[in-house]
Amino acid sequence: MSETMRQQIVISGVGGQGVLFATRLLAEAAIDRGLPVFTSETHGMAQRGGTVVSHLKVGPFASPLIRPGQADGLICLKAENIPAHGPFLHPGGWTVVNRASGGVGSLDADRIACDLGDPRAVNLVVLGFALAAPGDAGKPLLFCSLAEVQRVLDRRLAGRDSALKRSRAALEAGANAA
Amino acid sequence: MTRKLMMGNEAMALGLVENGVGLATGYPGTPASEILAAVAKSRSLRTDPLHVQWAVNEKVAFEIAYAGAQAGLRTAVSMKQVGLNVASDSLMSAAYMGTVGGFVVISADDPGPHSSQTEQDSRLMAVMAKIPVLDPDSPAAARRMTAMAYTLSEAFRIPVMLRPTTRVCHSRQDVAVGTAVETGREPAFKRDPLRWAATPKFRFKLHGELEEKLARIAAWTETAPVRHNPRAGGRRAVVASGVAAAHAREALEALNLWDALPFYQVLQPFPLHADFIAHLIADYDEILVLEETVGVIEMQIGDLHRTQGKWTGSVPRVGELLPEAIVGQIAAFAGRSVDVPQLPAVAGRRPTLCPGCPHRASFFAIRKAAPKGIYTSDIGCYTLGLNLGAVDTVLCMGAAISQAAGFYQAYRHAAKPPPVVATIGDSTFFHAGVPALIDAVVQQVRFVLVILDNRTTAMTGNQPTPATGIGVGGEALAVVEIEPIVKGCGVGFCRTADPYDVKSFIKLIKEALAYARETGPAVVIARHPCVLEEARRTGRPPGPPPVVTDACDGCGFCVERFECPALVMNADKTRVTIDPILCVGCNVCIQVCPKGAIEKAKDR
Repeated sequence: MSETMRQQIVISGVGGQGVLFATRLLAEAAIDRGLPVFTSETHGMAQRGGTVVSHLKVGPFASPLIRPGQADGLICLKAENIPAHGPFLHPGGWTVVNRASGGVGSLDADRIACDLGDPRAVNLVVLGFALAAPGDAGKPLLFCSLAEVQRVLDRRLAGRDSALKRSRAALEAGANAA
Repeated sequence: MTRKLMMGNEAMALGLVENGVGLATGYPGTPASEILAAVAKSRSLRTDPLHVQWAVNEKVAFEIAYAGAQAGLRTAVSMKQVGLNVASDSLMSAAYMGTVGGFVVISADDPGPHSSQTEQDSRLMAVMAKIPVLDPDSPAAARRMTAMAYTLSEAFRIPVMLRPTTRVCHSRQDVAVGTAVETGREPAFKRDPLRWAATPKFRFKLHGELEEKLARIAAWTETAPVRHNPRAGGRRAVVASGVAAAHAREALEALNLWDALPFYQVLQPFPLHADFIAHLIADYDEILVLEETVGVIEMQIGDLHRTQGKWTGSVPRVGELLPEAIVGQIAAFAGRSVDVPQLPAVAGRRPTLCPGCPHRASFFAIRKAAPKGIYTSDIGCYTLGLNLGAVDTVLCMGAAISQAAGFYQAYRHAAKPPPVVATIGDSTFFHAGVPALIDAVVQQVRFVLVILDNRTTAMTGNQPTPATGIGVGGEALAVVEIEPIVKGCGVGFCRTADPYDVKSFIKLIKEALAYARETGPAVVIARHPCVLEEARRTGRPPGPPPVVTDACDGCGFCVERFECPALVMNADKTRVTIDPILCVGCNVCIQVCPKGAIEKAKDR
């Protein structure tokens, strides 16, 4: 991947779903590649179950925010956010969404996480799916690979074996659903 | 060099530590909350002493850090913008007296507002105090500006404000990791009562000195505005500061105007450099000024016939300056007509108290015990008691108690005065509640104060309180409990109970109301730990969700009055189900259901 690669991704959900954690995994994967990265996060009161959105900009950017109509992709942990955050996408942008009813780019991550016995791992299930899902002409959607994010996860959860095992399982279950 | 993903607040903390801060204090408040804990974490970069502490409020935090700077150390205090209001008494005076060691005041603003009562601009507080202020555009810039702030502070012996906004504090960026430093500084307080304890006559002299300092700072090259695109020409220029400058840079590129419009970034919005003002007036007919949230730069340029900004009304005065708005502003300024996509106004999901939150049980009990009450409340997670109809007023830190007193006095001679029930969190009680409670005792205000004691400062990310006996770095400290303070204030009725036991808790509040009606202030301490903090501390998985039986007829009482996100009404409104992902098994809803239709899960 070239030095001038640019990717802008919006990650959306509700407080408590782990939007920040998923964003951070991708941002660290960018740093591991030597790419400049910006993220912007929701903190404070909205984290108490309110609508939460993260912006991730990989490449030579100055501003931490993505403008509407500029995002390459939307990773949506809560389908109800699509009307609010879908307009971040540019016309050719892709969406990965946690939705029980199916459709292009969707998976039932709530069910997958519950089946794993880890209902709070929805964020990693969706992230695993986004990392493995094929995009246009079979090219990956994201700037980094599943293996790279797994390495970030290994590093972040080093020494916490059971948490790491559960997180890896969730990421893989999402990837397998793609 | 190794790079690390760093939040703006962590980058500022690193900047403080690598520039030799010897004493750092603060009070948590979004978006500034993570700075101080990050200073404590970076302590390993230092071989010499570094004292880091949360203080009981911003004024106390400010004064501790300021005294350290009087003693010659480099010090810092961090807070959010409304916290600076609390510390403003100290700030105004410290500006006159000046410093010896470098003193950085970090006051984080929250345009939007995302998690604040106001969109006030701390830079205006710097103008009022007459101290310089720096305005970073990114985490990396915020880190560099801490170094700049210390140099400036020591060159002119003046407190320096660093004013990040939410988009700096809560952005993350790849930042080079820090290296170890040793300052070799020793405290050396020099007695100088004419300065450090100046009487009004000498304050006049200090004020004169301060004005001279400001004039020299307005000519100091190290903080001068930066011209980013020297190739651009013409009689129109864009001037921006803070994160608006970062947005403007991308907007100029996106609009292909980089080589068309001269673009200046102001690093030090006050005092604005005198040469810069002269240059703008001499060389440009029209100047677009992009800054948050008030026109601090624009008012110093001082020619509203030339500027387009907050004062002229060309740039919106309310809300955050989002990048799409800045694209629109710059395009219009350049005479371009472009279609800038906007986000639709979609009502998002409102925040709620967490499933299992003990505050929910307290609010439910308060409404049951005093259904016709006036409910004053305060700043914290429990502001969300709004959703349960148990919060009528929220003004600012500590106001629940004084407002309760005001409502009592207002209704005192009414035929049927309503009961007044105030709610305040443990940390907020320590912060600003105690003086108000003393006043209420003296005035014999007949109200009930419920102190929602969840043993933490939850809203801002679970910082310790004086009652936890834990410091910012996890170190053991002395404990100050709430009960002896309440009793020491002279309150005759002070009882502590667990709100999870809803029935007993309702009874206790009724007792408190009866006492208040006859005698004076009654205090109930609702003590149950924050579920988030408890889960983190113990690592225990949540308990099994209770079971909804066939006795549920979908009356909706629990959904409306208890408002737990885990209680979900089915589509045809005939039955409530419990979301197993959200439920933490607190079982409080069992006591709430009027039909007895929720039962404890059978042991498996």
